[in-house]
Amino acid sequence: MEINKKAYEAYVKEVTPVHKRWPSIFRAFLVGGIICTLGQLCTSLFINGGFEKEVASAWTTLILIASSVILTGLNIYPKIVKFGGAGALVPITGFANSVVAPAVEFKSEGQIFGIGCKIFTIAGPVILYGILSSWILGVIAYVLMAFGIL
Amino acid sequence: MDYVKAFVVGGLICVVIQILMDNTKLMPGRIMVLLVVVGSILGAVGVYQPFADWAGAGATVPLLGFGNSLWKGVWKSIGEDGFIGIFKGGFTASSVGISGALIFGYLGSVIFKPRMKS
Amino acid sequence: MQLGKASVKFEEPPVILSMASIVGKKEGEGPLGKMFDMVEQDDMFGADTWEKAESTLQKQTADLAIEKGDIRRKDIRYLFAGDLLGQLIATSFGTVDLEIPLFGLFGACSTMGEALNLGSMAIAGGFADKVMAMASSHFATAEKQFRFPLGYGNQRPYSSSWTVTGCGSVVLGKHKKEGIAAITGITTGRMVDMGIRDSMNMGAAMAPSAFHTIQQNFDDFQVDESYYDKIITGDLGKVGRTILLDFMKNKGHNLESVHTDCGLEIFDSETQDTHAGGSGCGCSASVLCSYILPKVQSGEWKRVLFVPTGALLSTVSFNEGETIPGIAHGVVIEHIGN
Repeated sequence: MEINKKAYEAYVKEVTPVHKRWPSIFRAFLVGGIICTLGQLCTSLFINGGFEKEVASAWTTLILIASSVILTGLNIYPKIVKFGGAGALVPITGFANSVVAPAVEFKSEGQIFGIGCKIFTIAGPVILYGILSSWILGVIAYVLMAFGIL
Repeated sequence: MDYVKAFVVGGLICVVIQILMDNTKLMPGRIMVLLVVVGSILGAVGVYQPFADWAGAGATVPLLGFGNSLWKGVWKSIGEDGFIGIFKGGFTASSVGISGALIFGYLGSVIFKPRMKS
Repeated sequence: MQLGKASVKFEEPPVILSMASIVGKKEGEGPLGKMFDMVEQDDMFGADTWEKAESTLQKQTADLAIEKGDIRRKDIRYLFAGDLLGQLIATSFGTVDLEIPLFGLFGACSTMGEALNLGSMAIAGGFADKVMAMASSHFATAEKQFRFPLGYGNQRPYSSSWTVTGCGSVVLGKHKKEGIAAITGITTGRMVDMGIRDSMNMGAAMAPSAFHTIQQNFDDFQVDESYYDKIITGDLGKVGRTILLDFMKNKGHNLESVHTDCGLEIFDSETQDTHAGGSGCGCSASVLCSYILPKVQSGEWKRVLFVPTGALLSTVSFNEGETIPGIAHGVVIEHIGN
């Protein structure tokens, strides 16, 4: 064919429609904002109930995760993500969705290789690189402290 | 006021990521990894905690906050246990989030059935 | 008779004796809804896993085609069938009970074209009196295998397509003066790789292969677009169609009115939120057996070029950063006149 791959790539970009930008940005703001506000509401309630701040945010995390799991099971969370995009993926609820969705889907492949392995499909990388990056930063901090810089 | 801050800050973080997703076609899995890693870096350079103290849930609910708490855990453990603390702190600090997601996720798989997308 | 570089013209064209199509609920709600033989409201097809659901779908469609044609199973000498799943599990489990010698085919979404190519050659070559060609796909099995678990939230870009839950099956027989339609020629596609890497834009990955096969067909048969009443691609969708028409225009062919695409016909993208259109091997197979063949049978279309298109990628090749090569197989289907 006369057209080369580079030119084709540029051409495809030209003819491919994209998401309308502003509506999706607005919806991400709205959904992300609402989820964080609900988180704040939880935390405030627990603090007012006499819990320490750390414990209150742990409770908040748990409640958000549980809500996301239930909404995913009822097939509602995918709709929230479809509407809100990053607004529903960025909060901890998005993480919970990524854990429960494969667990439910791969149940048919068994407890070990189905649920056990696939539950980490998306969560696994998040946990791995989260732990790894904080470990690397810890090593750097440790070395800097040893040299008395920090 | 706390609620307004949480709404606006949380919303804005999501906006930044939405723009990133629209422009780069990054898959959601990569986005999540990116958020956690960036969160722990921002925590380590001392930016994220003051920000979270000000913005509340707007900064702790997004996965950036998860990254920040990983770093906080590592830093705290180094102070308590020295070198071995580097290996300990991350999971300690993220234990509720990870255990919660895994346990509820498992329970979810027991209760719910796969469903068709509409 | 071998023709040109990649085509065959049958002197005694095999005929389509029977056809059947079964689709899922969403497809049934689309513009072609009433034309399918059956619309199954239960996405699980009464099974307990998505994979078994797709196997059940294949079995039911095969049985229906046999029944509609008043043919006996044992008279069908070969079965040419395929699906999208790894190691063709939908086909292998779905066709066990048929007890027909099987050629399992993988041509991604082009499988129906591949099956018709091989099936008509087997008949014309005298190696079989009757064969069956069949292909299926299921939204949930494809999504689970290639993308994400269904409960996982994501936003689909406008260039992405919606995998059709459906199956189409035809029984081909030896040349005669009656039947639904005749297969008078085939043009077998080759791999075409234009370097596309975006798995959410399959139309762009496959359009060059459709272009190549159609062009090859024109060259081999020494015809142009005026030879056909319709040129029908498999699942190029909106983006792929735009590209195909542009490429053709550069070659001096105007396909604007003669071209249509099964993926564009099966869903109403406005109301059904399917974005670029339908895809999957079940898309072209079910549209062939519900929409295209009846029009050829009635004579509304005298001659069509049916070109199912496939994007040959796997999750491994995708993760390893490979490109998405495409393939398209052409089948010339003609009205049987008096």
